[in-house]
Amino acid sequence: MTEPVLETRAITKSFGALKASDAVSLDLRPGEIHAIIGPNGAGKSTLIGQISGALVPDSGAVFLDGEDVTALPPQVRARKGLARSFQISQLAMEDSVLQNALLGALGAGGSPWRFFRPALSDRPLRERAEAALARVGLTEQAARVTAELSHGQRRLLEVAVALTMAPKVFVMDEPMAGLGTEGSAALTRLLDQLRHEAPILLVEHDMDAVFALADRISVLVYGRVIATGTVEEIRANRAVQDAYLGGET
Amino acid sequence: MSREAVINAVVVAGLVLVPLWAVWADEPFTITLATRAVVLALAAVGLNLALGLGGLVSLGHAVFFGIGGYAMGVLASHAQSYTPLMEWPVLIEGTKSMPIIWLVSIVASALVALVIGSVSLRTSGVYFIMITLAFGQMFFFFTISWAAYGGEDGLSIYVRNGFPGLNTLVPIQFYGLCLVVLLVVLVFCSALARSPFGLALNAARQAPERVQAVGLDPFRLRLVAFVISGAITGLAGALFADLARFVSPTMFSWQLSGEIMVFIIIGGVARLFGPVVGAVLFVMLEHWLGGLSDYWHVFLGLLLLGIVLFAKGGLIGVLAGKARAHD
Ligand SMILES: Nc1ncnc2c1ncn2[C@@H]1O[C@H](COP(=O)(O)OP(=O)(O)OP(=O)(O)O)[C@@H](O)[C@H]1O
Ligand SMILES: [Mg+2]
Repeated sequence: MTEPVLETRAITKSFGALKASDAVSLDLRPGEIHAIIGPNGAGKSTLIGQISGALVPDSGAVFLDGEDVTALPPQVRARKGLARSFQISQLAMEDSVLQNALLGALGAGGSPWRFFRPALSDRPLRERAEAALARVGLTEQAARVTAELSHGQRRLLEVAVALTMAPKVFVMDEPMAGLGTEGSAALTRLLDQLRHEAPILLVEHDMDAVFALADRISVLVYGRVIATGTVEEIRANRAVQDAYLGGET
Repeated sequence: MSREAVINAVVVAGLVLVPLWAVWADEPFTITLATRAVVLALAAVGLNLALGLGGLVSLGHAVFFGIGGYAMGVLASHAQSYTPLMEWPVLIEGTKSMPIIWLVSIVASALVALVIGSVSLRTSGVYFIMITLAFGQMFFFFTISWAAYGGEDGLSIYVRNGFPGLNTLVPIQFYGLCLVVLLVVLVFCSALARSPFGLALNAARQAPERVQAVGLDPFRLRLVAFVISGAITGLAGALFADLARFVSPTMFSWQLSGEIMVFIIIGGVARLFGPVVGAVLFVMLEHWLGGLSDYWHVFLGLLLLGIVLFAKGGLIGVLAGKARAHD
């Protein structure tokens, strides 16, 4: 079996009496999309937080490309090739769409320690940013102020920023939320291509997208992984149906 | 040209023409006022970098102003008394040369900003404000007890320092020099705001988690911004001391930190010319209203209240509309 690109080993995180992650162990292999599903409050975002470095687990470890990154801050993990999107958009709202994409390109491919020439006239940086916007279909919006974008467009910009980083791993927290059927379908097609560039750990509520994309699915309930398997296995799993799929509205 | 660019051009034209008129009309005091406005504007341009672009509400920027002032005071006082600053391990003598004094002011205030920033930028919000304030008070009380350089009474410099090729004793020449310094710094700040660094710093203010997620460290970005910001305000302190030919602990006072911030709020936070417009207006009000009533600060307070409540973008915001993303 190939080495996983990303792995969590028994990470546990409590908020007071609440165990938001309870000994979560999972991995992400090259070329795959591994979906994480689970009801609201199951601890999906908390898990993403610990993988990306925004949260520190109480115990357990996170491995990126075989390296223990548990103690490293988010920016160092990002430099090592981990790109994430946020469930609640984290974008520079006063800046243009292109500037947000440039920021991603800057983190991955450029130095921020340049004080004189405009970022917008840095050719390689700009091309990288524009290519990412084109892939999510935001080219037309490039010059707009981010705050003016619709909710769905912001979700796409989140993905575009991750794309500019040309990462080793994508970690996405509900990228489809608020996109509408058409938008979800388009993003589903994009993620399907993306897996060949870097594997994707995908937290998603949209079951059509999950069943269409996922090579494997892990089900998280009350901070615990209750099942991991292929789409068919998860669909057939009794415990999963009781805990989650049955309750889907 | 955008409306804001037109306004900026008008302000520059005013800063060039009014003092020239004052020379023609033989109104030297107007030139002194204009110099004061330009130097205070420079101090605020420094703070605006941290406050506007970086979102760092520093209530201790008078520290850098004071350090620039004392760098000038110490160097010039040794030069005028013909005593070296120190003899061992290396001989360091005083100087009356502005370029050297400026360099020392910039380096000293940048170093102090590095230290203050390293401590204060690990906190945020009210804690950050309080720590910057505390550092300011430390310097204030230190200089009060620093008997070698005048203590509470401050330090007088009898003759204004020199600049190669100029006679700085002629008010309009010194004014011109200060204005050129201000304009050069404004050009630098304008470039910086659009540079990769400016982009990242600006994003770190709006969405720090995003900045981290793309691999950049908001703390370092802010620290560098704080250092550059402190260095600019330090340079302004050196010029201010040369204008007054006097330095005293009040240069470190928190009231001064507050005033510098008031200029920015009046003129427009994060707007390139916001601090310039604010400082000019402040100096004008101080002169006219201060002459009419001892309670002119009340009027200033009302103006400030009006701006904070009704015109968040300051005067530049009122006149030029909302800032546009650079595209
Ligand atoms: N910083 C925090 N402090 C206290 N409790 C928290 C914190 N963050 C999350 N929680 C709690 O931890 C649990 C898991 O939250 P999390 O956001 O990870 O869930 P989720 O699976 O992402 O849910 P959703 O589907 O709504 O996004 C929830 O009960 C939440 O209230
Ligand atoms: Mg969540």
